[in-house]
Amino acid sequence: MTGHDRSRDERAGDDRIGSVVRDEAARIVASLTRWCGDLDVAEESVADAVERAVIEWRRDGLPARPGAWLHTVARRRALDRLRRLRRFEERLPLLADEPSNPMAGSSPDEPLALLFACCHPALGRDAQLSLTLRAVIGLTTDQIARAFLSNESTITRRISRAKQKIVSAAIPLVVPSPDRLAERLDEVLAVIYLAFNEGYLATAGPVGHDRDLAEDALWLAEKVAARFPREPEATGLHALLTLLHARLGARWDDDRIVLLRDQDRTKWDHDAIARGIVLVEHAATMRRPGRYQLQAAIAAVHGEALTMETSDWPQIVVLYDLLRRYDDSPVVRLNRAVALSHVAGAQVALDDVDVLADRLRAYHLFHAVRGYLLRDLGRIDEACQAEATAMELTRNGAEQAVLRTRLEGTDVTSAE
Amino acid sequence: MKYVLLFTGPSDDSWQTMSPEELGSIMGAIGEWWGQHAATGAITGGERLAPALSSTTFKTSDGSSIETIDGPFIEAKEEVSGFAIVEVADLDAALAIAKTWPALRKPGEGVEVRPVFEM
Repeated sequence: MTGHDRSRDERAGDDRIGSVVRDEAARIVASLTRWCGDLDVAEESVADAVERAVIEWRRDGLPARPGAWLHTVARRRALDRLRRLRRFEERLPLLADEPSNPMAGSSPDEPLALLFACCHPALGRDAQLSLTLRAVIGLTTDQIARAFLSNESTITRRISRAKQKIVSAAIPLVVPSPDRLAERLDEVLAVIYLAFNEGYLATAGPVGHDRDLAEDALWLAEKVAARFPREPEATGLHALLTLLHARLGARWDDDRIVLLRDQDRTKWDHDAIARGIVLVEHAATMRRPGRYQLQAAIAAVHGEALTMETSDWPQIVVLYDLLRRYDDSPVVRLNRAVALSHVAGAQVALDDVDVLADRLRAYHLFHAVRGYLLRDLGRIDEACQAEATAMELTRNGAEQAVLRTRLEGTDVTSAE
Repeated sequence: MKYVLLFTGPSDDSWQTMSPEELGSIMGAIGEWWGQHAATGAITGGERLAPALSSTTFKTSDGSSIETIDGPFIEAKEEVSGFAIVEVADLDAALAIAKTWPALRKPGEGVEVRPVFEM
């Protein structure tokens, strides 16, 4: 018990350290890059400083000015690195210009410029994601590796390759000009959404949730939305993540996922849901709908309902139909089918789901949804088979637990 | 920053079997594209290459004995068909030029944007 409590305290402390790091990391990386002209050196040095901060702050508590502490340590590391790289001499005149206040002269857009560079379309999605988590949010390589059930050396290689490309291919550290903004913002939003999903429903690992990552992504979505108030999809993503995050309190029972229909809705953060709804409505006034706004609208309809049964399912089906104009992926169609089952019944929904078999055969939730619909239709044997397949396919321990519960409950259900 | 755009495409006779109208249209667009970017100073050099089957390659595996190959370095279904040297501010500017490479209207064509190593 004591061990459990202490780890909870440690976790709370780590949360505080994590939020300080994420507030400062991108700014310091950007400012050091401007100072020494080398993103790789800047980023590595900040990562060193963060690793040291985690150790020292856990032990001694946070310093009075944690941002300044991180900056000082990172700058010292950067000098060491430049010396080792023998680039010190050539950069010395540059470094002498260092302002007494390291933050002076930095533009508030610098962290955002770094974010756009990390999410540059010339980088692969995995590279964008890992680099953003490390350089912009300040996660350690170890934390990133755990989130993706990868090993640290793979992540280290991926990040270092991405940084090399930014430097050697001259990917600019700037917020894109208005004519390129839409396309580039899409990439940024996709990376933030992925980061949130990794945190919200880690695709792997004995325990699915890592609340920090979801919160980090929400934080970043808020920053981006605030910087681009005229971009409805940025606000849409902020709304979506706010609404999903609001359900987090009801989503976990120890280490088990609680499905939407079984969630105790009194555990939802109803203030956050209200905020999310205001955001969706605000985005809608710009009259440029998009996938994040529509997903947020769907989450808002769920958020407004007190029970699963009283949810406005016809409205949800309509919203899914609109969403398909922007994202006609089989996963969206699968989700639409679930909503449709509440309007038109399980058989109609199952017919829609079975059409997707070729494309979703390897996706665990395809089989989980089939199992759920088959069970509704009283076809218990087939339902069990589908749920067993889903369980084999999911790497997420928490999701496996949900499916196992359903399978174990079979006797009771069929006896009824 | 200096970049080399490497134009690639299938090693087949797809250019020869194209209809003269289609070929003329793409070639015209390539000429225009090249002229436009040369005029702004972005393209500073480049060539169209003869088919890779006309290449002669020297290769060594041990660093001492040299093998002569009748053909390109790598036998592949695709080959480099030309290159342009581009000098612009950053990757975004280079990508913007490369993306409008007129041969990208023909199936199987590609363009690789490769930064030049900076000493």
